[in-house]
Amino acid sequence: MSVTVRIPTILRTYTGGRAEVPAEGGTLGEVIADLEKNHTGIAARVLDDQGKLRRFVNVYVNDDDVRFEQGLDTATPDGAGVSIIPAVAGG
Amino acid sequence: MAVQTVATPSDSTVDLGPAAALSCRECGHRVPLGPVFACEECFGPLEIAYDFSAYDTEELRRRIEAGPASIWRYAPLLPVPADVAEKPNLNPGWTKLVKADNLARELGVTGGLYVKDDSGNPTHSFKDRVVAQALEAARAFGFTTLSCSSTGNLAGAVGAAAARAGFRSCVFIPHDLEQGKVVMAAVYGGELVGIEGNYDDVNRFCSELIGDPAGEGWGFVNVNLRPYYAEGSKTLAYEICEQLGWRLPDQIVIPIASGSQLTKIDKGLQELIKLGLVEDRPYKIFGAQAEGCSPVSTAFKAGHDVVRPQKPDTIAKSLAIGNPADGPYVLDVARRTGGAVEDVTDPEIVDAIRLLARTEGIFAETAGGVTVGVTRKLLQAGVLDPAKTTVVLNTGDGLKTLDAVAGTGLSATIRPTLDSFREAGLA
Repeated sequence: MSVTVRIPTILRTYTGGRAEVPAEGGTLGEVIADLEKNHTGIAARVLDDQGKLRRFVNVYVNDDDVRFEQGLDTATPDGAGVSIIPAVAGG
Repeated sequence: MAVQTVATPSDSTVDLGPAAALSCRECGHRVPLGPVFACEECFGPLEIAYDFSAYDTEELRRRIEAGPASIWRYAPLLPVPADVAEKPNLNPGWTKLVKADNLARELGVTGGLYVKDDSGNPTHSFKDRVVAQALEAARAFGFTTLSCSSTGNLAGAVGAAAARAGFRSCVFIPHDLEQGKVVMAAVYGGELVGIEGNYDDVNRFCSELIGDPAGEGWGFVNVNLRPYYAEGSKTLAYEICEQLGWRLPDQIVIPIASGSQLTKIDKGLQELIKLGLVEDRPYKIFGAQAEGCSPVSTAFKAGHDVVRPQKPDTIAKSLAIGNPADGPYVLDVARRTGGAVEDVTDPEIVDAIRLLARTEGIFAETAGGVTVGVTRKLLQAGVLDPAKTTVVLNTGDGLKTLDAVAGTGLSATIRPTLDSFREAGLA
């Protein structure tokens, strides 16, 4: 499955400044693993020491917050948009 | 694919008073002052680190007491330049701390009950406090457009502050907000954009806009300026203590939306203790939510450290944040101080709005109904101690949420005669 991942400003040092990058994977976990292959270091920013999503990271697959879905096991259909967003906004 | 320049923080040559740097609340990573809000190491929230080392306690107290009747009396403790009061802004704050004896009798409180009534701010909610900080940061970083995601109150505060300061404003709200809040935001002449979705959808949109060229040069008060913005809530703590005679209250009941206000009030109280401006003794902080959007109280009652997001469904729209950014920190503060987090139903909110209005003559918006309702519930449950000095926050004006009390109206309609008056049982 080929998806497009939207990268937040604070992670663009890993993507050469690019705001969007392509990635492969049938689940969010696989997409993050593929991102790490091409942009070394990015997974450690998004995942904690136990390999879970950090608590201040929001990830959306298309319009769905993965915390309402299956977290890292959330399916990422072909052509999906994945957005990684800092959670510390609003209020 | 377009290659963008990665934004880097400005250096710390900006003059934001005692603010020295930004520090991650999670991992402690420090970066220079700049329009950044999330830690590049762990995504944790960045907070202002201050240098208060030069302050003498009594001199600081005198300086504050001689200051203006606004939040700027506390400028030495905020991320603002020393001459902030001379710049065009709304000069919010120094709102009334009302001794609520009638409400206290009704609720059985004997230790002193106070309502910190922030409906007295220029745009009738506490949001003027936080926007005033963000405005100074926006000036310091050279922004000329102010923006935000809002549940309504913030939209008005940003629109008004931008108008006074000569900034452009463009704010984003859920499309189905209360009409009163829409009007009170639109009247200031900035752009007001309804988003088809709830507040969390609006917030997500703003977070993405900030990383896009379309949002370049924009100061989003509660996104890229959030570290500065959030500090404005500390002034509630400062004012409450100064108005109590430089004394900490025993118990404070605070509404929770993102949770930022509650955690910053705690930070403000801690600063006053460290600076020696109040006696170091225990206080308890209580959080209040609506049952229809209660992710933090649900986590508190379940003993969890993680806040699971919810889809909001409540009349308390100013608190309808289903994915609260500071939720985990609210849990920390409530547990550390021996407080609690509780929620009330929509009917209980309406009943509490009426209770505060008929006992104290204060017409609160729904968020105020939430705090008064939770106060009553926690007193009945024996969680709040009626013998202790208790402060309840009313963060906004009831005129903004008239729909909530729409059933309130005429006692009777009569002919203009004394007989009719008597017949109606009104004599």
